[in-house]
Amino acid sequence: MLEIRNLHAGIDGNEILKGINLTIKKGEIHAIMGPNGSGKSTLAKVLAGHPAYEVTAGEVLYEGRNLLDLPPDERAREGVFMAFQYPIEVPGVSNAQFLRLAYNEKQKHLGEEELDPLEFKDLLKERAKIVEMDASFMSRSVNEGFSGGEKKRNEILQMAVLEPKLAILDETDSGLDIDALRIVAGGVNQLQTAENAIIVVTHYQRLLNYIVPDYVHVLTSGRIAREGGKELALELEEKGYDWIKTADNLGTGAQAN
Amino acid sequence: MITELAKPKNNYESAFRALHQADPSAAWIELLRESAMDRFALLGFPTVKEEEWKYTNPAALAKTDFQPAQRDHVSATHNGLQSLALFSYPETAGSHLILINGFLSSELSATTGLTNIVALDLSAAITDTRYAKIVREYLARNAGYVDNGFTALNTAFLKSGVFILIPKNTKLDAPLQITFLSDPQQPNGASFPRALIVSEENSSATVVESYVSTGEERYFTNAVVEIILKEGARLEHYRLQRESNRAFHVATTAADLGPKSSYDATSVNLGGELARHDIEVVMDHEGAECWVDGLYVVGTGQHSDTHSVIDHKQPHCTSHQLYKGILDGTSRAVFNGKVFVRPGAQKTDALQTNKNLLLSNEARVDTKPQLEIFADDVKCAHGAAVGQIDEDELFYLETRGLNPDLARNVLTYGFAEEVIAKIKIDSLRGQLDEAVLGRLNARLDM
Repeated sequence: MLEIRNLHAGIDGNEILKGINLTIKKGEIHAIMGPNGSGKSTLAKVLAGHPAYEVTAGEVLYEGRNLLDLPPDERAREGVFMAFQYPIEVPGVSNAQFLRLAYNEKQKHLGEEELDPLEFKDLLKERAKIVEMDASFMSRSVNEGFSGGEKKRNEILQMAVLEPKLAILDETDSGLDIDALRIVAGGVNQLQTAENAIIVVTHYQRLLNYIVPDYVHVLTSGRIAREGGKELALELEEKGYDWIKTADNLGTGAQAN
Repeated sequence: MITELAKPKNNYESAFRALHQADPSAAWIELLRESAMDRFALLGFPTVKEEEWKYTNPAALAKTDFQPAQRDHVSATHNGLQSLALFSYPETAGSHLILINGFLSSELSATTGLTNIVALDLSAAITDTRYAKIVREYLARNAGYVDNGFTALNTAFLKSGVFILIPKNTKLDAPLQITFLSDPQQPNGASFPRALIVSEENSSATVVESYVSTGEERYFTNAVVEIILKEGARLEHYRLQRESNRAFHVATTAADLGPKSSYDATSVNLGGELARHDIEVVMDHEGAECWVDGLYVVGTGQHSDTHSVIDHKQPHCTSHQLYKGILDGTSRAVFNGKVFVRPGAQKTDALQTNKNLLLSNEARVDTKPQLEIFADDVKCAHGAAVGQIDEDELFYLETRGLNPDLARNVLTYGFAEEVIAKIKIDSLRGQLDEAVLGRLNARLDM
């Protein structure tokens, strides 16, 4: 589904990603871990098409197409979704209005049926159960006045409505208390299928107790420094990122492919 | 009478004389009109040299010799009727006063829903023994014409208009709509809409004041609306300005708030080549509260100017102000908002905000929030912002599959919605949403 080859990218002339290689197949959950500043969020934003980031080398193939050629909105309609670390507030536009607009744009793109407000309400009600959100959130402006946890749940609600093929969750666990974490992770697990793929970007192992990854990739300084199964996350939790950094510095750590 | 001796210098003077001769009103009104005309002759129209007109140049308006509408221009043309149909709403089907070129049309107005309030032609109220006293007490009291050429001119042409009296303890269920239709039946027509609204003790009402036109002609609307709220009265006031894009619209709203009264004003300004609105809210009694909110949306060839004064004269009053502007093309806008807290007006709570969204690099806004505080135990804040569509917001919407144009429109819609959402008349609010998006040449299926 996704193939990242030797990806170099940065912002304002500073290179942050220094040669990322990653292959993701449908049905898989991949965790991208790493210390602050390692480039995990940059990778998420580059995949979503953030205009501030410049790709200087490498390529990203999504379902065989060059993803980097597509503007962000087209990536989204083609099934790429990023849950934001800091979801944006959109005053004056209700959650229901916004979600229907986004849903219909995707439907239109795929040549499928668009829904009127009433039909969409039913769909939304159904999907809102996945993240345990009640109807009052649907008439409120997008993310406006939402708590940190509510914003993150709202991101997963958007994912539930848009049903992406590739979902990138950028630090979705940050700022969540244990109950919200359980709800958000539960929502993601319900949305995971054999046909889609999920990238979980996180600093902590905690989230991975709930969303269990098939693969864990550890980023340091813009490169993948370690790769492994879910047990790698546990090892990191125990030893900390310094363990990898130190190993890198000694030249004994596994290098990115 | 001086004005009858000199040769008329312009259409205003000759029309003024004709109006007096054809249809004299009560003596005190004739005196008021004479005195206002004298004042206008002296003041004329303002120029950019005056501080209050620094950013809005009325020269083109002053140069044009507009022709004041006569009472025989009261019947609507075919286009006029079509306009009225477009700007009527089911919610006000039985409570809709219609004025054509400033003159109340009893044939077109619908008053079946107005059984518990007084809604009369102002000229009839003046001579009606039941209301003459109250009209005389309040008319031209809050909207002073001594220093204001436009108000002087409107007062000089005081002929029709509406008088609304919401009696003590009366709750008006349906909103009352007052439509001022400009249906110019001659080139460069001028009209002088006027309204006096008196909300008596503990009454409650919603009033929609709507300015619309038949087409895209150039004309001049010079309106004055005075509002009196007695103790404990509540008034929700929606003011909608949708004049032709070539029109000159100059209007004053003057509200006087009684003790513990509540005045909630929402002004939406979409039309006009040059549109100027002065709104003045005086809080000279304790415990009053007001909201003075508004939205202006302008495109190329349009200039919108709002001057507001919120005057805290007594303690324990609260004012809220949010004005938002959306500017596209080469449009210009001005926001000048003064909040005065007079000596002794302790425990005043005043918040004023002006936010502007520029959709083009050629648009320009001059904003000047102004807070003058002469009391020491108050809570006051103000601020102004001018910006463009936020890139992070845009990106967020794009990552949800909205193309950049659609994303921009959604954000602009949301920006306007904070003000429009205040309007509790569904069909009207829906129409305003569409109108705002129409200004942006956008269709949005919300």
